[in-house]
Amino acid sequence: MNPAVNKSEDTLNKYSFNIEGGNFNDAGTVSTRIKSILKQKGLPNDVVRKSAIVCYEAEINIVSYARKGTVNLTITAETVEIEVIDEGPGIPDIEQAMEQGYSTANQQIREMGFGAGMGLHNINSYSDKFDITSEVNKGTFLKMIINNPQSTKDL
Amino acid sequence: MDIGTIAKELNLKVISASDKMKNIVTGGYTGDLLSDVMANSHEGDIWITRQVHQNIVAIATLKEHAGIILVNSCEPAKNTLEKAIAEKVPILVSDLPVFELTGKIYNLLAAAK
Repeated sequence: MNPAVNKSEDTLNKYSFNIEGGNFNDAGTVSTRIKSILKQKGLPNDVVRKSAIVCYEAEINIVSYARKGTVNLTITAETVEIEVIDEGPGIPDIEQAMEQGYSTANQQIREMGFGAGMGLHNINSYSDKFDITSEVNKGTFLKMIINNPQSTKDL
Repeated sequence: MDIGTIAKELNLKVISASDKMKNIVTGGYTGDLLSDVMANSHEGDIWITRQVHQNIVAIATLKEHAGIILVNSCEPAKNTLEKAIAEKVPILVSDLPVFELTGKIYNLLAAAK
């Protein structure tokens, strides 16, 4: 099933995707779609690879913990920007959540091979700039920026 | 080396995408933690795992793996199989445990270089 794509009208390089919490059936669909957009735009392999990793981890976090979320992709000549906004439980202690190995995942999530406490850590390692804010019982906001060293002029 | 050669050499059962046996295997990755596989495996790898749920197909598609091999004669879940067929991701099954299978594939790939 294709994720809902709301391509904004003012520019060709902004995309938005919706993700449903709890739906492991479609987990990874948005990341796959974003990867193929970035490849189509001719971005360097390393930029595509890093974007796919951070996007997948954020997508899995929404599916695992949130009610729903939105992924906004903005491609500029110098960067790929991925914003992920969810409505969910939020993260009480971000510093702790960023520690490798720390996870609040339940047994079902862990049995699938998720919830190893690597997600946010991977997002941080593979982003050139990473911002995270969260409000308990409201949701979490992530912004990842991946630099394009080749600075693609004609997207 | 293509995935069909590995299947033949190691007597693997092809479960999906039998028309993709010409996929070239450039390396391998073994793991059941999906974030680890996501972060550290590469395009063209053959992914060896014990996980059988459908999210393995999403990872293999996203990472452009040559294919997935399930160990210990594990069969994929029904929706994993359906997804693998739809996405044309080869899933193969080995009766070997993960350590032995990984070693054999490592040797095959090393000998082919």
